[in-house]
Amino acid sequence: MITLTDVRKSFGTNHVLRGVNLTLSSGSSMVIIGGSGTGKSILLKSILGLVKPDSGTITLDGADVTQGDRDAFLARFGMLFQGGALFDSLPVWQNVAFRLQRGPTKRPAHEAREIAIEKLRRVGLTPDAADKFPAELSGGMQKRVGLARAIAAEPEIIFFDEPTTGLDPIMAGVINDLIREIVVEMGATAMTITHDMTSVRAIADRVAMLHDGVIQWTGPVADMDISGDPYLDQFIHGRAKGPIEAVR
Amino acid sequence: MSVITAFLAAIGRHVFAALAGIGRVTLFAAQTVSHLIRPPFYLREFGQALIQIGWLSLPVVGLTALFTGGALALQIYAGGARFNAETVVPSIVAIGLTRELGPVLGGLMVAARVASSIAAEIGTMKVTEQIDALTTLSTNPMKYLTLPRVLAGALTVPLLVGVGDVIGIMGGFLVGVGRLDFNAATYMHNTLNFLEGWDVLSGMIKGSVFGFIVALMGCYYGMNSGRGAQGVGRATKAAVVTSSVLILASNYVLTEAFFSA
Repeated sequence: MITLTDVRKSFGTNHVLRGVNLTLSSGSSMVIIGGSGTGKSILLKSILGLVKPDSGTITLDGADVTQGDRDAFLARFGMLFQGGALFDSLPVWQNVAFRLQRGPTKRPAHEAREIAIEKLRRVGLTPDAADKFPAELSGGMQKRVGLARAIAAEPEIIFFDEPTTGLDPIMAGVINDLIREIVVEMGATAMTITHDMTSVRAIADRVAMLHDGVIQWTGPVADMDISGDPYLDQFIHGRAKGPIEAVR
Repeated sequence: MSVITAFLAAIGRHVFAALAGIGRVTLFAAQTVSHLIRPPFYLREFGQALIQIGWLSLPVVGLTALFTGGALALQIYAGGARFNAETVVPSIVAIGLTRELGPVLGGLMVAARVASSIAAEIGTMKVTEQIDALTTLSTNPMKYLTLPRVLAGALTVPLLVGVGDVIGIMGGFLVGVGRLDFNAATYMHNTLNFLEGWDVLSGMIKGSVFGFIVALMGCYYGMNSGRGAQGVGRATKAAVVTSSVLILASNYVLTEAFFSA
């Protein structure tokens, strides 16, 4: 279980997180929605320690994430980055098997390659993609490789940062289905940030809306349409008018 | 009064910013060096850095040395002719190249080629979240990206300087024998007779310091690159400019330390 308590983060005068409280229970899939620039990525990166919050605590199964063995902590996570964040200098299979080729869980090269090819197959890529370089792949294929890399070491917790941004609607649907299937199949805990409402309905067990630096609303995905929260209603229906100011 | 205060405050701000910058670079360097004794080590990345920084810089450093050696021979011949000292050409070419021009010009060429490419590569990795991805994959970016490059810079640039010395002296030899009518055997004899081991070694030590500076600045500005293409462009420019200035400044300090009477 991941628990965030009163997490705050500012960049100069820009107060991005103003006291976020959120609980993500094990084995569930939480989707965080919110407008662009509301700090969704910062929230996710704070949990991983890529960004250091100014104050507040973040715990994983009761233990403060800033204490203890960092490698062991990170080994429990997999992350799909928004742009894929694939290493350009490495072929696809080495990207997928990156964690398997280094550190305490190091495997022999042929074994790491076999696992990589199996994970690539799981995300719908044929083995001939294994020896290509990321730049040779389309956006959708890069997302799939990123997904394969995130799940390669069978993590307990997977983060997805805007998994469908930049994809056509059909490819976005394919990625959404894949994420849902993989999370269920692995029994993983998932946290996704997105502003794509189709993704939300496809992936989420629970939804949290981040607005103005705090969690504005949180609840099961089924309650999203009947929340009565004016902020959430405006967001999910994409209305220009409402309590959230839209710059025109 | 307020104008004077504002003026002084502006100077103070710049001084503080410069000091803070020096502090950040120093910490970055110390952090990089501290990884030398802490495993894991990424040998494959180190091997690639050796090729990228050392081997692939050989043509540009070699050509620089060749033409510099040739031009130096012509200049010293013309200058020496004013007081009938044309015969010093071989020894001055050798000393000038090994002690000073070889390491400095070689270092500057490596700065142009390597600092820029490292800053652009790491900066792009930062902008496209590849550095964050490394961290989430339990890989320390300083260990994986910075240490191999900085170590390769400190180890290969002195070798480049050594090879450049030989090529530069050959450049001087070709011009001396081909254009200035020196006897080939006399030219080589004069070169070797007057050249001391310390001339070559001091130049190579300078090369090692310059290689360290070049790779460190490339990594530092890459890791601290701003967002987007403009951010990477600025990082690249800053890496080349800063490493070039630091090469020239540290060259003076090293020369003072090695050769001041």
